Amino acid sequence: MNELLWTYVGWPLLKILVILLALVLLAAYLSWFERKLLAYMQIRLGPNRVGPKGWLQPIADALKLFVKEDLTPGFAEKFVFLLGPVLIIVPALVVFSVIPFGPSPHLFITDVNIGVLFILAVSSIGVYGIILGGWASNNKFSLMGGLRSAAQMISYEVPMGFSVVTVLILAKSLSLVRIVEAQKQAGLWFVFPGFVAFLVYFICGVAETNRNPFDLPEAESELVAGYHTEYSGMKFAFYFLAEYANMVVVSSLATVMFFGGWLRPFPNVSALAFLDVIPPLVWFLLKVAFFLFLYIWFRGTFPRYRFDQLMGIGWKVLLPVSLVNLLVVAYFVSLPGGQV
Amino acid sequence: MNAYIPILLFVLVAVSFPIITLLIARALRAGKPHPVKNEPYECGVPVTSLAHETRYSVRYYLIAVLFVIFDVETVFLFPWAVLLDRLALFGFVEMLVFLAILVAGYVYAWRKGALQWA
Repeated sequence: MNELLWTYVGWPLLKILVILLALVLLAAYLSWFERKLLAYMQIRLGPNRVGPKGWLQPIADALKLFVKEDLTPGFAEKFVFLLGPVLIIVPALVVFSVIPFGPSPHLFITDVNIGVLFILAVSSIGVYGIILGGWASNNKFSLMGGLRSAAQMISYEVPMGFSVVTVLILAKSLSLVRIVEAQKQAGLWFVFPGFVAFLVYFICGVAETNRNPFDLPEAESELVAGYHTEYSGMKFAFYFLAEYANMVVVSSLATVMFFGGWLRPFPNVSALAFLDVIPPLVWFLLKVAFFLFLYIWFRGTFPRYRFDQLMGIGWKVLLPVSLVNLLVVAYFVSLPGGQV
Repeated sequence: MNAYIPILLFVLVAVSFPIITLLIARALRAGKPHPVKNEPYECGVPVTSLAHETRYSVRYYLIAVLFVIFDVETVFLFPWAVLLDRLALFGFVEMLVFLAILVAGYVYAWRKGALQWA
């Protein structure tokens, strides 16, 4: 009995708490890394007062958010205003229960046979957090930001779905662990047969997380801060945390589906076997870190799109491109003896 | 089904995380109410109307309807994609017919200007 309790409750719970703590710290330090990197790109120094090179800045920010006054505006819908931040942070965290960080069962929380579908379903609940928060604030900037964000997220969900289906055709499974194993069997990362799908997926991923150059929902120069204009204190911190957690999710999913998860480059070429000294978990984290760096690089270099351009890219460019790409890949796989 | 027990646990942890954090913050935070702080933050301009009384573009509804159509279609694609190597060319042609009908609707929506913002 005790053993059962440990395998089904105790051990998973421990892993969940470790991931939660790691995620909160990662989000905090990602914000430090982002500010520092943006500063260097703009020939500034960035945060450098709190601790050596500003390393303690995220801790100071977190403490500040804890003791800040938490305002609920008088016109707001009180309950929905509270529900918004909770609805955005919960799905952003729950998604991590199926992401495989390595091959051993100790390195992921669980492996379900509908992993990809689970991630898409759960992460789209986050839209409610944004639109309800924007609506409940009863502020014109927030309402506009929430509406824009919802429209943007559901528009880019469609091409993202098509590019994910392309990977499923190649992997023949919805389980994230099996997708990585399929790449090991095939001997190459799916980014090679599915390069177009990867491009579409990552563009959509950037748009879904409301980051530059698709950060219209919070465009500070026209909407103040969009859907979280009225939020302060801990509730604002949840929107902030969820944004960074979602960036990590998109990066992890890109790693798993297109860049071989925990596999080293060219997993079947034995001449590269010396690369195996780096453990699988580190390979996974390195790849995720690369995508997170890309996010910040985009923010440092790209100007923001207009809203009509944004909708045009989603519906008139990415959707046809990903659909045609899907059909081309499907055609080659469905040929007799067809393999990629 | 055992694979879903950790997910349930994670949901419980994820829900209790914001609740606990908000309770801690409630004990720690400062609070100085003031009538001006209760107004919507709209750059200091006196508020003439509330956001819930204003109108917004009908196109948001249109996008939502289009999304539902395409998303349902993606759901149909999932099982097909996993089994495609067994369905072979027949399965491919069948999906081609299904997608052709959808693309006809997509082209119609485009021609009617449903995708045209502004």
